[in-house]
Amino acid sequence: MIQAALVRPGWWRALAYFLIGSGFGFALVIGLRAIAGLDLFQTEQTGYPHIVVPAITGPLGFLVGIGCFDYWFRWASGAPTIPDDHADHGARTWRDYFKVNTDHKVIGVQYVCTTFFFFFVGGFMAMLIRAELAQPGTQIVDPGVYNGLFSTHAALMIFVFVIPVFAGLANYVLPLMIGAPDMAFPRLNALSFWMLPVAGALFLASYFVPGGAFDAGWTGYAPLSTGAPLGQSFFNLGVQFAGASSVATALNFLVTIITMRAPGMTLWRMPLLVWANLSTSLLVVAATPFIAGVQFMVLFDRVLNTNFFESAFGGDVISYQHIFWFYSHPAVYIMMLPGFGIVSEVISTHARKPIFGYRLMALALIGIVILSYTVWAHHMFVAGMFSWLRVPMMITTLLIAVPTGIKIFSWLGTLFEAKIHLKSTAMLFALAFIVTFTIGGISGVMLGMIPIDIHVSDTYFVVAHIHFVLFGGSVFTIFAGVYHWFPKMTGRMYDERLGRVHFWGTLIGTWGTFVPMHWIGMEGMPRRVADYASEFGAWNLEISIAAFILGAVQLVFLYNMIVSWRYGPKAGPNPWRAKTIEWQVSSPPPIFNFDEIPRVVGGPYEYGVPGARHAIMAGEKAEVKPPERTEAGIGAAS
Amino acid sequence: MQGVPYLRLLGLVVALTVVTSVIMLIPDWNGEQASTAAPKIDQLLDVAIILSSFVFSVVMVMLGYSIHRWRARPGDESDGAPLHGNTRLEIAWTAIPTAIVLILAAYSWIVLDDMEATASNAMPVEVTGQQYAWSFEYPDENIQADELHVVKDRQVAVEMRALDVLHSFWVPEWRVKRDAVPGAPGSGIDDDFVVTPDRAGTFTLVCTELCGLGHATMRAPVVVHETQAEFDRWAAEQEPIPPEQPQPAAASSA
Repeated sequence: MIQAALVRPGWWRALAYFLIGSGFGFALVIGLRAIAGLDLFQTEQTGYPHIVVPAITGPLGFLVGIGCFDYWFRWASGAPTIPDDHADHGARTWRDYFKVNTDHKVIGVQYVCTTFFFFFVGGFMAMLIRAELAQPGTQIVDPGVYNGLFSTHAALMIFVFVIPVFAGLANYVLPLMIGAPDMAFPRLNALSFWMLPVAGALFLASYFVPGGAFDAGWTGYAPLSTGAPLGQSFFNLGVQFAGASSVATALNFLVTIITMRAPGMTLWRMPLLVWANLSTSLLVVAATPFIAGVQFMVLFDRVLNTNFFESAFGGDVISYQHIFWFYSHPAVYIMMLPGFGIVSEVISTHARKPIFGYRLMALALIGIVILSYTVWAHHMFVAGMFSWLRVPMMITTLLIAVPTGIKIFSWLGTLFEAKIHLKSTAMLFALAFIVTFTIGGISGVMLGMIPIDIHVSDTYFVVAHIHFVLFGGSVFTIFAGVYHWFPKMTGRMYDERLGRVHFWGTLIGTWGTFVPMHWIGMEGMPRRVADYASEFGAWNLEISIAAFILGAVQLVFLYNMIVSWRYGPKAGPNPWRAKTIEWQVSSPPPIFNFDEIPRVVGGPYEYGVPGARHAIMAGEKAEVKPPERTEAGIGAAS
Repeated sequence: MQGVPYLRLLGLVVALTVVTSVIMLIPDWNGEQASTAAPKIDQLLDVAIILSSFVFSVVMVMLGYSIHRWRARPGDESDGAPLHGNTRLEIAWTAIPTAIVLILAAYSWIVLDDMEATASNAMPVEVTGQQYAWSFEYPDENIQADELHVVKDRQVAVEMRALDVLHSFWVPEWRVKRDAVPGAPGSGIDDDFVVTPDRAGTFTLVCTELCGLGHATMRAPVVVHETQAEFDRWAAEQEPIPPEQPQPAAASSA
């Protein structure tokens, strides 16, 4: 029986392969060092090769053991592949969610649950940070632990919450929306998911190694990071797994969107969520390799004694920041464009209106993609880089507010002469997002103006801005998306009353926490400090109280989701009376989504247009005439 | 789109812009001004606040009016009006924000050039950051100190140096900031900036780039003397720059 457990893909084999992988890495390092005549254990704080190498080989062993590679290995070795009987498709019990599964709907749920686990872990760290900052001086944690807390808080929230939770929501919804039976590469999709818990585990494992968690900030600027204790290597490696996951998913989305749309779904008939994920994926595939590269360069400087960022030996310190931000500024849009897509779906559905200026909305996304590659150095106005780079980067930075503004105004135009339903928590979050994100955008324009940036760079003003756009922006859209598609994913309704408690608590908590940060930043409080001048004590206490409200109210959300998933009333296929295809199938959808691929005959948001249809589902053919392509004139010609 | 009181909404936008601007301009956001750059930056901020108040007011009025006017009655399952867009409106909300941000960019550029204009009588100071302390060298006076002393109304030409990791120089009352980069001076590192203090007194230099465990407490006093004579008296009491200093400097610049 034990033997069978070790042969079959699953957790036992994953554990065994993890141990084998780690042991192999350890033996490799020790063996090579012995042959070279070096000390077997190198324990300078930047070294520890006998831990760093197993931190690569162990997780790879885990991925093989859990079963991500079984099919490919058989294929590659010429062995007969297991017939594709879809035995690993769909989930019958909760246990199936803990196995490698190639069904995009199961993977979507796996993604969302895993990322929200990291959201709550990262949120708990934020609570500790605010507890420490409630008073001047150091009370709860010492500066070393504090630096670790805000670094891991940001790494978890960015790399294993905000970026992948959007991939998870889209994983579930997007194939249904375009009338596809699954993603283009289901096995790659499974591998993408399973790399995420690995990335999160590496970030958290850094707490248990000598020197403690990585503490150079999520930006990991060299040379602080190249000289930091062992935990920094776990950050370097965690980013690799999260980044590989992102790139694989983005390729999957691109191929799925380009090749697998239902007949009749032209580019201009795609829902805006699909446009948003197309744009996001274009950013991910081209930008993510830069952060992967730069984290490897830091790791090599640390472990292999290279000198990419060692100025004393010809390295260039500022080049770290250029490469890092060449990814990490587009990453800001990777964390926002999918949210724009969600808000478009939610507002159009709950306002019963076509999206105002649909084509300009789609073009604005593409405009943001192009511009976002040209603005990275606005993070470096005070970094001591070439002075002449600043003004062009300021102009592109301010111009990127234009396509973003187009989106805000078009959502507002969508509300014009609408029938606005405020009963749904999803709609409340979407509308609040418009206001909160506008403020985040305004502070972003101010930060883009060089003279103002010189004053407020690296202060709490920046902390306020990033949380207004990432929490008030991205996370609000994530909540809107989770509430909107919860009935589709679970087949049940959530409790709107608890949803409203969660919404108002989150809104008040967000404003109470992040609005005053603008002021204390301008007044002189730098970011990333455990201790601060006593004049900021009163505001920090108020911020901490608001942050605790914000944290506590997330537990209401958690309770609502868990209890409603189990005991909520049945939702029916289309509780919001939406037009897009995912709502035309049962909730949750059948195992292969569609008995017959739907035919798309019109735009996705034709609310109020008499007789307009978006898609014709199987079994409906008799009652609807064939599509008339009036725009192209094909229907008229015959 | 009948029955929408456009003129009254426009009036509401103007009124809200005025109210928001006034409320937002009352607080002394950036605190005390103690350099010639400070009032220019603060004025730029004020202009940004007024233009932002306008954009914010447009969004709030459009959102508030829509929710007030077109909220669905309970049980109303009908759809809204099938409006797909309005080309003139879409051109307007592309062109107007473009104009606003280009104005802000041009004004920022003017302020930046103004801030960075150099004076001929500037006093050079070399500021060195290391974990977790600041030190200051005055090449003209051939002295070193662990406090920054300067003279009111005389421009200071600062050159930044770092011995270990990145640090950043910030005196909030002066509104200037610049990172100290290991490897400076060197190709591709613009490590010098100017500032002209115009208020005598004592201020605090704050490190704003995360530099390790002591980052929060890496501070140094900044003293702005009323007169050059007062500064000279202070300078006479300081230690000279030790002679072995040039050697590592020569090695790193080679």
